[in-house]
Amino acid sequence: MNVLEVSDVSIKYNGHLAVDKINFNVKEGDLLGIVGPNGAGKTTLFKAIIGLQNHSGKIKLFGYDEADYQPLLPLIGYVSQKVSFEPNFPATVSEVVSMGLIPEKKLRKGAVLLKNCGYSWNLLYKKVGKDSDKVLECLKTAGLESLKDRRIGDLSGGELQRVFIAKALVKDPVLLILDEPVTGVDADAQNKFYTVLRKINTENKITIVWSSHDLEAISKLANRVACMNRKLFFHGEKEEFFSNKELLKTYAESAMQMHMHDHN
Amino acid sequence: MNLEILGYSFIQKGLIAGTAIAIICSLMGMFLVLRRYSLFGDALSHMAFGGISLGLFTGIYPLWTAFIVSVLGALGITKLRKSTKISGDAAIAVLLVSGLGIGVLLISATGGFKVDLFSFLFGSILLISTEDMLLILGISSGIIATLVALRKQLLHLTFDEEQAQVSGINTDKLNYVFVVLASITVITSMRLVGILLISALIVLPNITAIMFGKGFKKTIALSVSMSVISVVSGIILSYYLDLAPSGTIVMISVAMLVGTLLFKYVNVLGKSHVIQKLTSEA
Ligand SMILES: Nc1ncnc2c1ncn2[C@@H]1O[C@H](COP(=O)(O)OP(=O)(O)OP(=O)(O)O)[C@@H](O)[C@H]1O
Ligand SMILES: [Mg+2]
Repeated sequence: MNVLEVSDVSIKYNGHLAVDKINFNVKEGDLLGIVGPNGAGKTTLFKAIIGLQNHSGKIKLFGYDEADYQPLLPLIGYVSQKVSFEPNFPATVSEVVSMGLIPEKKLRKGAVLLKNCGYSWNLLYKKVGKDSDKVLECLKTAGLESLKDRRIGDLSGGELQRVFIAKALVKDPVLLILDEPVTGVDADAQNKFYTVLRKINTENKITIVWSSHDLEAISKLANRVACMNRKLFFHGEKEEFFSNKELLKTYAESAMQMHMHDHN
Repeated sequence: MNLEILGYSFIQKGLIAGTAIAIICSLMGMFLVLRRYSLFGDALSHMAFGGISLGLFTGIYPLWTAFIVSVLGALGITKLRKSTKISGDAAIAVLLVSGLGIGVLLISATGGFKVDLFSFLFGSILLISTEDMLLILGISSGIIATLVALRKQLLHLTFDEEQAQVSGINTDKLNYVFVVLASITVITSMRLVGILLISALIVLPNITAIMFGKGFKKTIALSVSMSVISVVSGIILSYYLDLAPSGTIVMISVAMLVGTLLFKYVNVLGKSHVIQKLTSEA
C-alpha cells in the first residue's frame, strides 16, 4: 500500500520554482532517504505534504486526496529542520514532549480513515496506556530520561533535536517525516538515533521519510532513496542509487559547490 | 497593624475583585509574554481609552464602548499581522497610538477631562459596587474556564505555531479567540490598576516567575501566587499608608521582580566565589 503519493508537485516562491514537477511514491514500511543540496526544495516539499505549503499537482496519503486526508495530518510525526521558540520558555523536556500527544477525539477520526483503507496501525506507545507513561517511554527511546525535568531552553542543540524526535514519536505516528533530524548531533547520539530509527521502522513498521546530507547514514539505513535538486533526479532502491556512479558524481559536485558557497 | 479593615465591605469587595483580576491577568499574561505580546495589554487598554472617550462622548455606557473598540482593534490587528508582514511590536504600536489618538480627540470635543475618566486611567478598585464585583467574578470565571479548556492547544500554539497547526489545531481560530480573551481580560482589569498600569499586572508576575527556572505548571502557579499576593497586600497597604492602590500594587510587583533578580545575582556571585576558591586551592 502507498502511504504517500506525490504526483507532479510543483511549488513556486515569488515566481521562482523551488520544486519542479516531482513524482514519487512511498510504500508502507519504507525508509526513504531524501538527498539533495541546500536549497534543493526538500523542506518545501515536506511542508506541502503536511499541509503548510500551497502547491500544484497532487499529494495523496493512504490513498486519500488532500481534501480528505486532513484528519490524518495529526498522525504524522514531523520534525522540522528549524524550530524557533522563546529561549526562556518555561517548560520542561517532558512537558514539551507531552505537547505531541494527540487528543483522543482527533486520534479516533484519523483511525477511522486508516481502518477504511485497510491499514493496520502499529501502536507503538498507545498500548502503554496513561499519557505520562507514554511520554516516559518516548523519553527513554530518545535517551532523554535523565534530562526530563530540565528547562527546554537549557539543552544543547543535539539534545533539543532528540526532544523533538520524542515529541514526534509520542503520538504513535503512521508516518514520520524527519527534516535533517540529526544535524548538529554528535556521532554517538547520531548512532543511537539511527538505531532507534531502524527499530521503529523494522519492528513497528512505521514508514519514514527522512532528509539528510549524510550519504553514509542513508546507505546504511534507508531501503529507498530519492535524490532531488528542484527536480527529482532519482527515486528507487538504495542499491541502485549507490551503484550509479554518474548520479553520485553529480550529487557530490552540487553538494561540493554548495559547500564552497557556505565558506565564501 | 490590626486587620479590622477586612471587616469593611468596600475593602472586602476590592479584595475579592482584585484577587480575581490578579488571577486572570497573570494567566493571560503568561501567554502574552511568551508570545512577545508583552505590550499587547497596554495597546488594548489604550484602545479601551479611546472606547471610553467614545462612550462619554456619545453617552453610551463607557465600558461597553471600551469593550467593543478593543475587541475590534485586537481582531483588526491580528488580521493585519497575518496578511502583511508587520512585526508584533509595530502592530502593537499602531493599536496603542490609534486608541490614544481617538481618545484625546473625543475628550477635547467633549470639553476636557471628567472625573469618571480619572478612575479609568488610574483604577478605582475600592469604589466598586457589589454588582461590579459580581460582574468581575463572573467574567473572570469564564476566562479561567476557557483557558483551562484550551490550555494544551494554547501551550502548543505559544511554543511552536507551525507544529501546533500540523497537529490539527486550528491556529487561526485559536489566535482570534486568544486576542478576544485578552481584550476581555484587559477591560475587566482596568478597574483595579487603571489603563496606564495594566501591563504591570500582565507582565511583572510572569517574568518574575519565569526566572525561577521551573516547568510550565509550576511557573504558572508561581506567577498566580505572586500576582495575588501583590494585589492583596497592595490594597491593604495602600489603605494604611493612604496611597493609591494601583501604584502600591504595581510597586510591590516591581519589588518582587527586583528581589528575585538580586537573589539570583547573589546566588550566581556566591557560586562563582566557591568556584574561585576551589580553583585557587587546586
Ligand atoms: N518562504 C520562502 N520564501 C521564498 N523562498 C523560499 C522560502 N522558503 C524557501 N525558499 C527557497 O526555496 C528553495 C528551496 O528551499 P528549501 O528550504 O526547501 O531547501 P532544502 O532542500 O530544504 O535546503 P537545506 O538542505 O538547506 O535545508 C531555496 O532556494 C529557498 O531559498
Ligand atoms: Mg531544508
